[in-house]
Amino acid sequence: MQQSNRLRPFFENITFDRVDNEMILNFGPQHPSAHGQLRLMLHMQQEQITKAHPDIGYLHRGMEKMAENMIYNEFMPTTDRMDYIASSSNNYGFALAVEKLIGLEVPRRAKVIRMLLLEVNRLMSHLFWLATTALDIGAMTVFLYAFREREYLMDLVEDYCGARLTHAAIRIGGVPLDLPDNFMADLRKFLDKLPENIKDYEDLLDKNRVWLMRMENVGVISKEMALSWGCSGIMLRASGVKWDIRKEEPYELYDEVEFNVPVSDKGDNYARYKLYMAEMRESAKILYQVADMYEGTSPELMAHAPQYISAPKLDIMTQNYALMQHFVLVTQGMRPPVGEVYIPTESPKGELGYYINSQGGPYPYRLKLRAPSFWHTGILTDLLPGHYIPDVVSIIGTTNIVFGEVDR
Amino acid sequence: MRAYTPKDNVQAKSYYTDRFWVAPQVAKSAVSDDEVFAADLEAIKAKFDVLDAYIQVEQMIVIINANDNYAVLELLKNECEYTQLSEMSAIDWLDQEGKFEIFYQMLSMTKRKRVRIKCKIDEKEAIQSVEKLFRCADWSEREMYDMFGVVVNNHPFMKRILMPEDWEGFPLRKTYPLQGDEFAAWYEVDKIFGKEAREIIGPENRDPARIDRYDTKRFSRLGHEVPFGTDISQGEPDTPLVYQEQEGVFMIDKFDAQKSVVISDRHR
Repeated sequence: MQQSNRLRPFFENITFDRVDNEMILNFGPQHPSAHGQLRLMLHMQQEQITKAHPDIGYLHRGMEKMAENMIYNEFMPTTDRMDYIASSSNNYGFALAVEKLIGLEVPRRAKVIRMLLLEVNRLMSHLFWLATTALDIGAMTVFLYAFREREYLMDLVEDYCGARLTHAAIRIGGVPLDLPDNFMADLRKFLDKLPENIKDYEDLLDKNRVWLMRMENVGVISKEMALSWGCSGIMLRASGVKWDIRKEEPYELYDEVEFNVPVSDKGDNYARYKLYMAEMRESAKILYQVADMYEGTSPELMAHAPQYISAPKLDIMTQNYALMQHFVLVTQGMRPPVGEVYIPTESPKGELGYYINSQGGPYPYRLKLRAPSFWHTGILTDLLPGHYIPDVVSIIGTTNIVFGEVDR
Repeated sequence: MRAYTPKDNVQAKSYYTDRFWVAPQVAKSAVSDDEVFAADLEAIKAKFDVLDAYIQVEQMIVIINANDNYAVLELLKNECEYTQLSEMSAIDWLDQEGKFEIFYQMLSMTKRKRVRIKCKIDEKEAIQSVEKLFRCADWSEREMYDMFGVVVNNHPFMKRILMPEDWEGFPLRKTYPLQGDEFAAWYEVDKIFGKEAREIIGPENRDPARIDRYDTKRFSRLGHEVPFGTDISQGEPDTPLVYQEQEGVFMIDKFDAQKSVVISDRHR
């Protein structure tokens, strides 16, 4: 321990273990730009990082253990707490995995509503990413602008399901509610203005000197590194791999809509930033197309599978057997067949996969959550060495990690 | 006599199952149905023992011997274009057969195919690390060790990742109690206040639904409020109820429709 009265520098958060120049800096776990509870142990030579060691687990809630002790429908609201920036995409991944396990076909209107929710969530997540990353680098204006737009989207989702952050808006076998009357009009109004808004952000950032210094040629991930570290989503596409699960292994109605997959081979922070902006435009394009699909779909919202899914409310209230089945499904839970699935979906952060091993009981025997942010945090081990302290913040920013998902 | 509770699986169980109920199976199909998978399986079979292989929900599942895991993944990566390891973890079958099942979820982006390689090891047995092939296995294997206690050989940094380093027990094993064990109940007390504070603080209660009726520090009862921290276990003072309306109801006396603004649109 140093003596603070000896006229030598006294650092509260830094330990000197050796006599050489190496210093170990403890970044976090309470650091505003870590976007959660991330602790980084950085070995430094002057300002340069020689070794990085991310330490996670501060938000570990044992979701996989919880899943093994809940009936399938009970676990749905828990999935909200993974990537809480875009919670419907977690709901959807789980619902899709269980549907594949059972072999359910979802009604078309439910598919349309799910698509709308997924893309609205993607926009929300990307806007949030832009806002917080810009704030970390010092662009307060962008933060306020992007949060304003995100607020409109949260209002939209609130109109649909009543929640702003933890939506639980999707059920196994469909969706619980139809869209409210004003939803489409509000959505179109928002989408019409979105290109202007994105242009505003780009005008503020694209040629901004500070932004470019922190973004260009910083945090370069090579293609091999991205593949080896299991990167997905924008982290992978910014490194020159054109792989979007929505395009390559389409689920829901993604094979019926027209959209591009933006790719870059630069691999640096700036490439990732450009991809986020491009993806927002693509999402808007998808939303326009899906909004047109809604008209003319038949009004069913839940799949018909009496063994697994409760009947519609009208049937439950009028038919005795439907009521009995509903009672069993609520108290004991559905029992999917014996088998296992791994279902990947493209969440805003990357490949979100659910591995479910069912032994025919009402609880999954094993459920593994494949959260993209887990490896996007791991890659910091190899990515940070060679960079300088101010770059750490911008690199953490563009990896877009959410700690609900890293620690689960 | 006390009711017998099994120790080998303490997880939630369905309290009623029809005695004639037979669980249906998710359909499996032969690997020969899919040309791409058949070619991959041939490549594996040429060099290694394959215990079983089938297709389930559009993905091929190959079951191999545990000591071939590194070589099979190397073959898949270098010769069959499975360039990404999306996920790997373990499943606890200790109760049924005394083994862990380890699965590797592989992805080929050129073929657009996913394969799951599975193998089984004994409880005390170690498995070879695949970190040299896929860097992401570094963290996955640490998580597997953390959650199941499966030891991985040749791993560069075999430490716990999510739980604290000095944690005892492996949380995802079926034998691990749901509310945490004896060690978990005292962990934070010992860590923060020291062992000598155990008697004062008591074990941590991990039941999220627990409500202490007499706790006036963390719970307030609307309409029966008492000052913070009051001991009410021996009875409590009566709280007189006072309604705002007793003083008169808040009313708008002068309303000028011309001067007020009606907001109809939230300016989306």
